[in-house]
Amino acid sequence: MKRLRPLLRQPWLGPLAALAVTYAIFAALAPDTFARASNAVTMARQTTVVAIAAVGMTLVIVSGGIDLSVGSAVAFTTVVIAAMLKAGFGPWVAVLAGVAAATGSGVACGALVARLRMAPFIVTLGAMSILRGAAKGLANEQKIDCDPRGLDALLAPGSWPLVPPGVWVAVLVGVIGALALRYTRFGRHLYAVGSNEATALVCGVDVPRVKIAVYALAGALAGLAGIMEFSTLTVGDPTDSVGLELEVIAAVVIGGASLSGGEGTVVGSLIGAMLMAVIRTGFTFVGVHNWVQEIATGGIIVVAVALDRLRHRSR
Amino acid sequence: MLTIRGPVSGPASSPRVALRDLRKSFGSTRALDGVELEARAGEVHAVLGENGAGKSTLMKVLAGVVAPDAGSVTVDGAPWTPRGPADARARGLAMVHQELALCPHLDVAANVALGIEPARLGVVRGRDLERLVVDALGRAFGDRAVDPGVRVSELSVADRQLVEVARALATARAAGGALRVLVLDEPTSSLGAADVERLFALVRDLAAAGTTILYVSHFLEEVARIAGRFTVLRDGRTVGAGEVGATSMDAIVRMMAGRDLGEAFPRSARTPGEVILSARELGGAHLPLEATFELRRGEVLGIAGLVGAGRTELLRAIFGLDPVRRGEIRVGVALGPASPARRLAQGVGFASEDRKGEGLATSLSVADNLVLSHLGPSGFGMPRRAREAAARFIAQLGIKCAGPDQRVVELSGGNQQKVQIARLLHHDVDVLLLDEPTRGIDVASKAQIAELVDRLAARGKAVLLVSSWLPELLGMADRIAVMRRGRLGPARPADRCDEASLLREAVGV
Repeated sequence: MKRLRPLLRQPWLGPLAALAVTYAIFAALAPDTFARASNAVTMARQTTVVAIAAVGMTLVIVSGGIDLSVGSAVAFTTVVIAAMLKAGFGPWVAVLAGVAAATGSGVACGALVARLRMAPFIVTLGAMSILRGAAKGLANEQKIDCDPRGLDALLAPGSWPLVPPGVWVAVLVGVIGALALRYTRFGRHLYAVGSNEATALVCGVDVPRVKIAVYALAGALAGLAGIMEFSTLTVGDPTDSVGLELEVIAAVVIGGASLSGGEGTVVGSLIGAMLMAVIRTGFTFVGVHNWVQEIATGGIIVVAVALDRLRHRSR
Repeated sequence: MLTIRGPVSGPASSPRVALRDLRKSFGSTRALDGVELEARAGEVHAVLGENGAGKSTLMKVLAGVVAPDAGSVTVDGAPWTPRGPADARARGLAMVHQELALCPHLDVAANVALGIEPARLGVVRGRDLERLVVDALGRAFGDRAVDPGVRVSELSVADRQLVEVARALATARAAGGALRVLVLDEPTSSLGAADVERLFALVRDLAAAGTTILYVSHFLEEVARIAGRFTVLRDGRTVGAGEVGATSMDAIVRMMAGRDLGEAFPRSARTPGEVILSARELGGAHLPLEATFELRRGEVLGIAGLVGAGRTELLRAIFGLDPVRRGEIRVGVALGPASPARRLAQGVGFASEDRKGEGLATSLSVADNLVLSHLGPSGFGMPRRAREAAARFIAQLGIKCAGPDQRVVELSGGNQQKVQIARLLHHDVDVLLLDEPTRGIDVASKAQIAELVDRLAARGKAVLLVSSWLPELLGMADRIAVMRRGRLGPARPADRCDEASLLREAVGV
């Protein structure tokens, strides 16, 4: 029992329970369709993009920041990959170029936040618009068709054991992210900066470097999410993933992170992402209108945070 | 006053810390304007001065947070030019901050080890970290064990202060065992008597092992007990230094203030009027357990007690910030549920001990803070009116600031406290609930606040005064009640109390 205590203190326990209950309800309502194993794989595939981006967003939010440029960065990455492939480069070069572009944007945001002490909301709001515009310019305001050169297999079902390789990548990113946040100096410093920046500074934490690193990482992960998005689209689409950042932020917040920083876990954020996917798919299988889904999703975000606040108060 | 040593003296006899003509300006403000200080290895050296005298800037220079404009700092004969706080810590300097530099979301262990986490290739080594933390916590908390896994936000203020002490001790280990300089900035402001004793024992141990301790404090009694020598700063300049034992406290206070303070606690003729605030068998959700008292107009009722006895909780319950579970509170003739808005409407104001956290909106201007609870007769926020009112109170209370538009965060502690009290006066409350109104502020401001409270009482206001500083309670209050473990004792006339009797009642012997 004593060994269980730290486990019971985990902030993602509530979201996990919510996920289990929601899954059970839909499984009971649609046992022949929703509860099938193949549907679980489908949901995992559909969650991959949000999940990878949510890992980066968790790091940023824990440090007390926010990144609104994720959706645009994903679209920009798909366009860069498509343009490179179309120009005759190999898939590896295309993918690396896509991730490098997104990382570069993250470094620039981080530098502005850390060095000029600009508000992350403003900086990434600007980046969101700039990246969207750049994607449209690069793509000449239309989709870029190209031969995906095998990248489409990343999220295609059946190729790998259990789930497609892209899902395994997301799992790996999640595990690494969770371990890094908990067991590295960098991870601990993220919590410290998000909890009390002045304290982190006087304790010798290189706050600007931590901030630049976290936005760069978030950018790189947005790029990785962009690869997965390209894998499902198989084209470069500059108008793709509009509003993705809000879905990602919602997943992180449902997972127990605080937008004022200092709190949040990767595991919680991934559970949050899965919960939203279950709700979306579940409602579809049960045959509920789209507008009800949207209301339900919004309600769940608010209720999740409200429950979290109540839990904090009762302590 | 200080002679620079000639070349005869080698590095062995050079002082541990030597500051020569240190200068630092922020814009047009001269924070440091010629600081001289010399402290030997193994010495407990008191750094004294009013708030705004330059102590905190001096500490920042030592910690590597700011670089001086001119002058020199040497440690063990070598120039001290840390590249930043991390470098300063690695070179053997630790600091305990008055404003409690802790991360509330992090657990105790993470706070103690922050910035010095033992790691290999960026991965924290759990075993080493645990050893570092457990050892430091054991020395700081003694037999009062604290769970390293508990969040700092759940600790009392006293425990948080000890977590900072533990972090300073851990720094020594991280720096290879050689803690050369330990800076303690008001380390006891929230501690109870037992914790203070343990801290003093720790300080003596460290000094005996060769660490130089720079001890910043407003509590001169403490300085007399712990420090060997002292340096007094005023307006960024060293104005005196010497042996604590060979100097009278009066002389030190005169150096700090630059003038004779005269009678520390003025007492005008006060005529207690009718009862304006009373509590009967008051009990809160947690604390207080039971409190009964009557407070009259034109009277200062002092409440003594140890930290954690429930004094703050009593004030919060009266003001409607904490729930009342038993008993009743009567304001004038009014009974009924309490909320801060209702209490303010009834003419009851509360000045929190946590000035920065809840007492003031520190990022707003003096004028904006003043009108927070009471905009003015029209009910609209008229910036001109607010500035006029602010200018009036700035003159009346002697608030040192650039003007009504200066942000409160830029003021010294004493002046912030005056702004907080000015807010109550602007609201024109009849009852002032003052929680540790002179904590962490300089001697001159303390005297001014004592004078202000006296003036208010003479004008017929009622003051409920919580203070941990017994001479202040004895000097300012008409009657004093002692709170012990959540229960408020009977109020006795102040002239029939003395420090020893109050302390005995507070600790329960």
